[in-house]
Amino acid sequence: MMNSSRNRQFHEIAGQLRLIWKEPILFVFIILIFYFLFTFVAYPLFQVIKYSIFIDGQWDFSNYLAIFSKRYYFQPFINSIILGICTATIGTIAGFIFAYALTRTPLPFKSFFRLTATFPIISPPFVVALAAILLFGRAGALTPWLKNIIGNYSVYGLGGLILVETIAYSPTAFMVLYGILEAIDPSLEEASMDLGAARIKIFSSVTLPLATPGIASAWLLVFIQSMADFGNPMVISGNYRVLSVQAFLQITGMYDLPRGSTLAILLLVPTLIAFFVQKYWVSRKSYVTVTGKPTGATIKNLEWYIKLPVYGACLLYAGIVILFYGTIVYGSFQTLWGVNPTLTLQNYVEMFEVGKDYLIDSITLSTIATPITGIVGIFISFLIIRKKFIGRGLMEFISMLTFAVPGTVVGIGYILAFNQESVVMPVVLTGTAWIIILLLVFRNMPVGIRSGIAALQQIDPAIEEASTDLGADSNTTFRKITLPMIAPAFFSGLAYSFVKAMTAISAIIFVVSGQWNLITVAILGFVDNTQYAHAAAMSMLLIVIVLIALGLIQFIVGKIGKGVRTTEILG
Amino acid sequence: MKNNYLELKDLIKIFGSGRDSVTAVNNVSLKVNEGELVTLLGPSGCGKTTILRMISGFELPTSGKIFIDQEDVTTTPPNKRPTAMVFQNYALFPHMTVAQNIIYGPKIHGENSQSAKKKADDIMKLVGLEKFGNRSPSQLSGGQQQRVSLARSLIMEPKVLLLDEPLSNLDAKLRVSMRLEIRKLQQRVGITSIYVTHDQEEAMSLSDRVVILKDGVIQQIGTPLEVYARPDNCFVADFIGKANFLNTVVEDVTPDGDVTINLLEQKLIIPKAKKSFKKNDKAFLVLRPESIILEKKKPDTITGIIREIVFLGNQMTYIIEIAKQLVTVEMSNPQECESFENGEEVSIKLPVRSLHLLPWEEEK
Ligand SMILES: Nc1ncnc2c1ncn2[C@@H]1O[C@H](COP(=O)(O)OP(=O)(O)OP(=O)(O)O)[C@@H](O)[C@H]1O
Ligand SMILES: [Mg+2]
Repeated sequence: MMNSSRNRQFHEIAGQLRLIWKEPILFVFIILIFYFLFTFVAYPLFQVIKYSIFIDGQWDFSNYLAIFSKRYYFQPFINSIILGICTATIGTIAGFIFAYALTRTPLPFKSFFRLTATFPIISPPFVVALAAILLFGRAGALTPWLKNIIGNYSVYGLGGLILVETIAYSPTAFMVLYGILEAIDPSLEEASMDLGAARIKIFSSVTLPLATPGIASAWLLVFIQSMADFGNPMVISGNYRVLSVQAFLQITGMYDLPRGSTLAILLLVPTLIAFFVQKYWVSRKSYVTVTGKPTGATIKNLEWYIKLPVYGACLLYAGIVILFYGTIVYGSFQTLWGVNPTLTLQNYVEMFEVGKDYLIDSITLSTIATPITGIVGIFISFLIIRKKFIGRGLMEFISMLTFAVPGTVVGIGYILAFNQESVVMPVVLTGTAWIIILLLVFRNMPVGIRSGIAALQQIDPAIEEASTDLGADSNTTFRKITLPMIAPAFFSGLAYSFVKAMTAISAIIFVVSGQWNLITVAILGFVDNTQYAHAAAMSMLLIVIVLIALGLIQFIVGKIGKGVRTTEILG
Repeated sequence: MKNNYLELKDLIKIFGSGRDSVTAVNNVSLKVNEGELVTLLGPSGCGKTTILRMISGFELPTSGKIFIDQEDVTTTPPNKRPTAMVFQNYALFPHMTVAQNIIYGPKIHGENSQSAKKKADDIMKLVGLEKFGNRSPSQLSGGQQQRVSLARSLIMEPKVLLLDEPLSNLDAKLRVSMRLEIRKLQQRVGITSIYVTHDQEEAMSLSDRVVILKDGVIQQIGTPLEVYARPDNCFVADFIGKANFLNTVVEDVTPDGDVTINLLEQKLIIPKAKKSFKKNDKAFLVLRPESIILEKKKPDTITGIIREIVFLGNQMTYIIEIAKQLVTVEMSNPQECESFENGEEVSIKLPVRSLHLLPWEEEK
């Protein structure tokens, strides 16, 4: 009576095809999205790989052989890994302490600490490096004091890098761990206490094991960010050569595309491994389901020997963050840093004269890219979560790929892929605004997809089915039911991708041109010319613009999000 | 009134493939007449929801066909089907008011807003929601939300109304009053309905006919009275109400189908037994607890010994040992009945009309 399993699968697939056939618009969208994902995510990556292993159309591993045989090329790989491990470890510890303090202790001024813990996310990462130079560089404000304590030192190098990257990327660890700790039901800890466990025992036998997958996730994510960081090393690495900068220099300084591509691949492999370990292994191990439902797990009557170090660490860290950003503010008003401390507005005037065009380009391109990122991102998350179609897994995989691929690799991929015509893209994009917009869109999309997925998973599919059942096609249901319900997530995705677009540097630096250039590249240029005050002024302006945009989006969410749960934009 | 308004033909649904495939629905055939309310009843996981979702178009059958009003809709997408679903958790659109929720369907179908609004007003009056049009669903009680959900479906004037455990989120009292309300509404509108529940009381009180399912297979289709009084197998007998099963052996069968059995040396005749039996067949005598009558011990009767007594206020429950098997007896109105002691030997009277015989089943 029952037909064979293969036969049945065939029936199911045929049935699904029939359903898709009856929704032609959806079908067209799926095809379109696949085209874009292949062209702007997979194809550039493929180009990088191709350039590293093909020479004159032949398989040839001489690029790799050269790199592994010469210490000069191989050292950056080791350096990047060391940097990544150190930053990830320190950053995760800092993030954990903060998350613990905010979720488990009656720490006063919680929202203030929360803000300092997440603030670096909205500034371009290399601003921290700039502040480090202003504070600890050759003419640094604190340099004489520090020299008194530790003797001669240079901020340029591994130590400085670890410091600035920890500040720049521990917010990532904080956000992951905050979510995890907040979701751990405090009654578990209470149960443990009830069973007679001491505080330390509770921490080591309940809290820590439950948070372990989160800690691993946080570590891996910070590791990826640190490996992929370009801005900070560009400013502060000195003689400590790391992959991202070396790949950039090979390509823009020596025009050696194959060698640059090979270094990019060396950068890609560890980050991809870390990403897949995080996504497919660590996150599966989690016992904690992050429901987004805060449990309010404050422990009262905490012993002083726990409070003291935790509060002290939070205070210290918050102090450092304020010191760094305060330095940027202060520095932007100084006539000549370390030489002439007279306050002036001159920097802003000069910066604006030089940087006006950069600023306009940045705002224009980000403003175009952001809504596209948001809409495509939310649509893809909708397809992934709610629709059955052949290739759904592939779509999720490719769209998440850009998240794991370092910007340097993407940037190199884009110049390799789009500086000539090809089957998938019959016009040359290099030098146009389009290449920048497309890069921004596809680089920032994973964030939109993630927040879309999180929002959709909280909406009962029956609500959408009810709409379909009442006669609406997929398209209408998406517009009238799904979209309004995920609007808050959509807008926070928008906010985040705007911030990312405005502060992007690592990939974008490869595709800017005389015609279209961006503010972050300009800041880096100022730093390169040791015009630190100008760089600080421009960074300030950038941060202010981003804050205004965030405020605006928050305002819109407040207006339209009525009756629908709003999610906070920042963290 | 049309016969076979909704027809399910040999429906099979298999989820997944290979070793971890699940046959959720196995060869289900069902014919429902216009205006009828049929419930799908069965334990959790027996495939009720899956059947409903195939009728509404959210799942494609692995094989089999679905006809509505003679038209094959097996592969018609859900938005093109003349069905409307009332969801277990209501599935109201949280960002719309009650009125907007209800008017959503007609608007989707391009109805002009005046006539749609008129219809919505009528429906809201019908379900008693006329005062709540401007509220948001989150400001309503569970029962009110359920009414909105019902109104939203009814306004579509679907050929078939599908309800998936619509009352399971309500408290016990409300459930009883809502089910009467749904039944009245359904009869007034005369809408063909498929109602899923795992609450047998709900099924009995609502339905024209009940379909009892187990592991994706139909066990019996019949009116509530039929499935209660003359269940087709032990599963149905046990699932609907309470039942005692006594092992017996068939002594004699007449050509008319009257079956004689022997119980503790007493001969019992079951007239027109539903199933066919042969002499010496093993069989189960199915006894409903409330149909057994206890009396002070008399000679030449079936007797048993009382082993346990439970007083429940409106009813007295005795557990009695008969022929080494335990039987539950329920007596309503205990104040007016004769009472018995623990350990007392009593006579047992079995009214002929409530006797039902089922073929022997191994695992029972
Ligand atoms: N999408 C699915 N994928 C795989 N298996 C499924 C899926 N939907 C249902 N099943 C399985 O099919 C069987 C029948 O499920 P169904 O939801 O129809 O049961 P039900 O009778 O409605 O149960 P309940 O009373 O608990 O709602 C179950 O074993 C279930 O696990
Ligand atoms: Mg169900």
